[in-house]
Order: sequence, then C-alpha cells, then structure tokens
Amino acid sequence: MKSPVLPGNNLDVMDHWKNFSKGFIKENPVFVLLLGMCPTLGVTSSAINGLGMGLATTFVLLMSNIVVSLIKNLIPDKVRIPSFIVIIATFVTVVQLIMEAYVPALYESLGLFIPLIVVNCIVLGRAEAFASKNKIFSSALDGLGIGLGFCFALVLLGGIRELLGSGKIFDITVYPESYVTLLFVLAPGAFIVLGYLIAVINLINKEKGKK
Amino acid sequence: MNYFVIILGAILVNNIVLMQFLGICPFLGVSKRLSTAVGMTGAVAFVMVLATIATYLIQVFILNPLGLAFLQTIAFILVIASLVQLVEIILKKVSPALYQALGIFLPLITTNCAILGVAILTIQKEFNLVEGVIFAASNAVGFGLALTIFAGIREHLDMQNVPKGLKGTPIALITAGILAMAFMGFSGLV
Repeated sequence: MKSPVLPGNNLDVMDHWKNFSKGFIKENPVFVLLLGMCPTLGVTSSAINGLGMGLATTFVLLMSNIVVSLIKNLIPDKVRIPSFIVIIATFVTVVQLIMEAYVPALYESLGLFIPLIVVNCIVLGRAEAFASKNKIFSSALDGLGIGLGFCFALVLLGGIRELLGSGKIFDITVYPESYVTLLFVLAPGAFIVLGYLIAVINLINKEKGKK
Repeated sequence: MNYFVIILGAILVNNIVLMQFLGICPFLGVSKRLSTAVGMTGAVAFVMVLATIATYLIQVFILNPLGLAFLQTIAFILVIASLVQLVEIILKKVSPALYQALGIFLPLITTNCAILGVAILTIQKEFNLVEGVIFAASNAVGFGLALTIFAGIREHLDMQNVPKGLKGTPIALITAGILAMAFMGFSGLV
C-alpha cells in the first residue's frame, strides 16, 4: 500500500501529508470551498450532533473515494456522475442502517440529514475532482482529510452555537442558563455564527498568504 | 382546510431554506442577481413537483410491496438525477438564454438537497399523492420566496460599504440570518 520513499527524499511523504492536511484550514470544505452548507447549518445546534454528522460524512467520503478510485477505469466517461451517485448512495444507506441500529438517539436528532448525505456536494465533488483521477492511497487520504476537515468545521460551529445558545459544551454546563441567548440554537443563529466564522477563517488564510 | 395548513406551513412557518436549511447551495450560489434567482426557482419548482410525484409512486407501488423501503435513498436519487437530465435537455431546446444563465447550477439541482428532502419528507409525513403535490409546490414557492427576497437584498448589498473582512459570503450569511429571524415571526401561525 505504502509507496516507497527514497532515502533523502521525503517528497512522497510530504505529498501524502498535504493530501491529508489540506482539508482543515486551507481547503476546508465548509469555510473555504463553501460546500455542504445544508448539513452544516441544519445539524449544528449542538457539538455532539455536529460530531455525529461529521463522522458519518467522513465514512461515506472515505469509502466512496476508495471505491471510485478503484473502478475509475471501468466506468465509461458519459455515465460517471450517475455511477458515482449510486456508489455514494450505497454507503449512505449503510451508514443509515448502522446508525439506526446502534445510535438511535443520534439518528433521531439528525433525522432527514442522514439520507441527505447523498446530495452533499463535498462527497460528489471529491469523487469527481480527486478520486476519479488519483490512486487509491491518495484518494483515501484525501477523503479522510476532507472528511475530518468537515467534522472539524461542524464541531466548531456546533460548539459555539451550543455554548452561546444553551451555556453547555458536549452537554457539560459552562455557565448558568439564565445568561444564554436562545437565538443561537435556532435557525438564525446558524447563519450568523457561520458568517462570522468564515470571516475569521478568511482572515487567517489571508495572513498566511502574506508570509 | 388541511391543504391550507400544508401550504401556509411550507411557505412561511417551516420555510424550506430559512428554517429547514435545505437548498442552501443554490440559495447562496445563484442569489446575486434577481433574474437568475427567478430562473433557478422555476427549474427547482418544476423538478420538485415532478420528483415528488415520481418518488411517491415508486415508494407506494414498488418499494413498499416488495419490502425494499431501505433502498429509498438510492432509488430516489436515481429518479431525481434522470429527471434533472430531462429538464436540462428540454430547457436547452426551449430556452437557450435561460440555459446559458443557469449554467453550472442546472446539473447541480441533482445535488440540491431541497428536492430529495421534500421527496423524503412527503413519505415521512405520510401524505397522500394530492397532499404530496401541494406540499412540494408550496415548498417550491417557499424556496422561490426566500431566494428572490435574498437576491433583492444582495443586489442592494453590492452598493453598500461593507467592512472588508465581511465582504462576500460572510455578510450574505449574516443577512440570511436576519432574514431567518424575520421568518421566525411566522412561527405559531399554524
């Protein structure tokens, strides 16, 4: 699986690391590429929901990237998008059934957004833009990296909203409920917090670009 | 009366974009100009109603009798993907100008969660076919309402002096937040 590394030349390792780590800040699917907005806004009323959604999406992304990369040469160019969608939908169904069986509470609270992973632009986007052109190992790393970047974004957004809206993080009370602003766990809070977060990430990326 | 509740609920109270967070991508993507927003709404409305009818029939007459309800996601997305292709071909023939304007976003209707979301919600809420069609149509109207209001605001926003860091997406999201706040005023209406 691992590609050989020549002594004194760790370019390969660097490349793999880049494939993996770009998803966090530099090419973060939510903050920079602005993909997958619906689940990002819809499920992040608490950090734990964000984490659940993020991990489910990461699994789908990883598996679909691997399979797409494996069979990329077998799929005729004209029907590649429908084929990708079927592959993705299969893994979404797998996740759906697993979650319904083992974490029914989380399954309930994420609700409609679990089957909707199938139309998450991030998953199809990576299959089309990366996995259909690259080897299995880099595709897997890319899927994992982007997935965890998505996870990171969701937990961050969910954490901030939960903290401001109910005074808790991961259900641990931080400050008393009488000080909370309920608005942040409701729909408008999602838009507003994400707006400011994107502004901050833009600033970070701009500062990095200057150096 | 029942239909009235469905219509009002879908357009205002549980607005699909601002309250349920479905179809955010086109909401942010094609809302820079009012004219493209209107075109997108038309395409979405057409596909949404057709897709709801098609998926409803498939669920009731194929998946349920065969005990294949767990294949819902796969079956629905395939139906929607082929419908979008159909709309694309028709639009290319009938209105090339609109086809040009919508460009990349037309194929993206496939990955518009509003369409699949409404199709699944229709099944989940156990609507019959007529209620389902009304539900889909009112959701399309709700989508159009949110999109056109937002596009109108953004056209004005272009001319305003926005702080540098907030330019573009951040200010658009914050505006959407305030718009969602306004729509919260409708809660409790039905």
